Amino acid sequence: MNLSQSILEALESLSSNKLRSGLTVLGIVIGVAAVIAMLAVGAGAQDSITGSISGIGTNLLFVFSGGGFGGETVRNPKPLTLQDAAAISDPFAAPSVEYVAPLLQGSFLLSALGNQTSTTVSGVTPVYFPMSNLTLAEGESITEEQQLGRASVAVIGPDLADALFARHDGLVGENITIDGQPFRIIGVLTAKGGGMFGSQDNAAYIPFNTAQARLIQRRTRDQVDMLLVQVVSADAVPQAVDEVSSILRSRHRTAIGADDFSVSSQQDFLDTATAITGVLTIFLGGIAAISLLVGGIGIMNIMLVSVTERTREIGLRKALGARKRDILTQFLTESSLLSLFGGIIGIMFGWLIAFIVEKVAIASGTPFYPRIGLDAILLATIFSAAVGLFFGIYPANRAANLEPVEALRYE
Amino acid sequence: MSKDWVVVAEDLVKTYKMGEVEVNALRGASLKIVRGEVVAIMGPSGSGKSTMMNIIGCLDRPTSGAYTLDGEVVADMTDDQLASVRNRKVGFVFQSFNLLSRQTALFNVELPLRYAGQMDASARRARAAEALKAVGLEDRMTHRPTELSGGQQQRVAIARAIVNEPAIIMADEPTGNLDSKVGREIMQLLLNLNEEIGTTLIIVTHDPTIAGQTQRIIRLRDGVVENDGMKNGGAQ
Repeated sequence: MNLSQSILEALESLSSNKLRSGLTVLGIVIGVAAVIAMLAVGAGAQDSITGSISGIGTNLLFVFSGGGFGGETVRNPKPLTLQDAAAISDPFAAPSVEYVAPLLQGSFLLSALGNQTSTTVSGVTPVYFPMSNLTLAEGESITEEQQLGRASVAVIGPDLADALFARHDGLVGENITIDGQPFRIIGVLTAKGGGMFGSQDNAAYIPFNTAQARLIQRRTRDQVDMLLVQVVSADAVPQAVDEVSSILRSRHRTAIGADDFSVSSQQDFLDTATAITGVLTIFLGGIAAISLLVGGIGIMNIMLVSVTERTREIGLRKALGARKRDILTQFLTESSLLSLFGGIIGIMFGWLIAFIVEKVAIASGTPFYPRIGLDAILLATIFSAAVGLFFGIYPANRAANLEPVEALRYE
Repeated sequence: MSKDWVVVAEDLVKTYKMGEVEVNALRGASLKIVRGEVVAIMGPSGSGKSTMMNIIGCLDRPTSGAYTLDGEVVADMTDDQLASVRNRKVGFVFQSFNLLSRQTALFNVELPLRYAGQMDASARRARAAEALKAVGLEDRMTHRPTELSGGQQQRVAIARAIVNEPAIIMADEPTGNLDSKVGREIMQLLLNLNEEIGTTLIIVTHDPTIAGQTQRIIRLRDGVVENDGMKNGGAQ
């Protein structure tokens, strides 16, 4: 018997018991749909997170005080200071470094027009905005004069503007208070979505010197929370990490291998985020795969029932000259078709679920795009067909190995 | 004069194990059948009649003894080789017809040809239609078994049995599920086919009137051939 005949016969046989076939297929549909939807959500989360990391700016290094995980404890660790920033800016000591931006950050209560909200306020130098790919929807960025003059000015993100003013345009010149001190708005940022260090859309930026003098007091005057370093090119990132590290090591006089600071590149964050979302995706997909497994057991169950019911038919076919292989093919074709149908319908269902997740996410204000990759579809198809084959083998084998004499006598 | 033996069974022994107990269904039964003969195998239940039929029809292998069907030495064949011999050399007619109820008469008759796997679809259909015509069902080809009477169903089964032009037709109580009038018709059809095509016909029955229509009656008792009677001067 050739393949198309077997498929036709299997279809006839399956359609003769539509309810049973349908319920069996349903098990696979649910499994495949769950796998597809979970993989899509995982891929969407990965896209969203890596996208926002890339959105911070390219070729950036992040220097924090405190050693990395697992390093030796440093006695008498020194904080990062403005002098460190100046040293890294030295083009001779660190030729791969283009700009350095020191950062002070704190969470404060902001209010305007009687509205209050608490959010992150960053003291930044003018160079911070181009480095972080922050652009202005209106107004101007912080200038060098405002920085030196410790001006009480602020650039705010659109979400913060919405929270305080219920709008995010025409706000230049309006006043807000940060921790009780009055600031004048000079610019509003364009919306950018979530970021690594909280949403950049729900944040306020004030001149570094202003923050240092009036808002964010640290243990020593020159202390900074973080240094943002822009590298001349993406290729120079590893070299820049070395340069920055050696400058800071000599300034902080730490032993080799016992840094009291850590330098992370954009790539490090991306790698970490990809690893985390990857694990998340595998986890979600794995849970979904369990339901596919249950669907497969459903197929096995039904095929076993079918083999028992059709024992006489099998005996007859054998009497008429069917070889083991013919019977095996017949039942495997049926179980594979069941799971293939389940797979195809499941892919469409999974697509639908991903689509609904997307709509719900957008409706609730988080732009989030589940992505159904070709790999997920291939995986689900192959996996479901394999489930059909695998769980079909036992019943089919049982059918093929029936003794014709006994099968014919079966009532 | 050497005869054209189609069935040569010598000293067949078949032992089943039923749990701890060994059951000897056949204890050294021998028989020979000439091509074109019509033979009835009779015997009370427990005589080894069904076992004999299964072995002659290549559904089962003897525990010991030699069996040759149309020149093929069957005893040491694998399951798949046996399936092939059944497909080419044996046509089965069962008491309960054993048709695939969801399929048309034509499909049922085609089935052995499908497993033979040598013809293309149109040649198969033509051959199956021919066989249905030979049993007088040319106008019932697309009917399903549920739409046919018992006699018609058995005719379909007979068409299925002759479609591969087998060496022997094994009929196991072919009229057992039919009323006597239809039973006579089916019996007549089988005998006619034997005359027209010359296929050896072996009927297993305990109905003496059926057996009476054959040329030769082989009686089994306790696993051996008790009596092998020729009526019109026959093989032995």
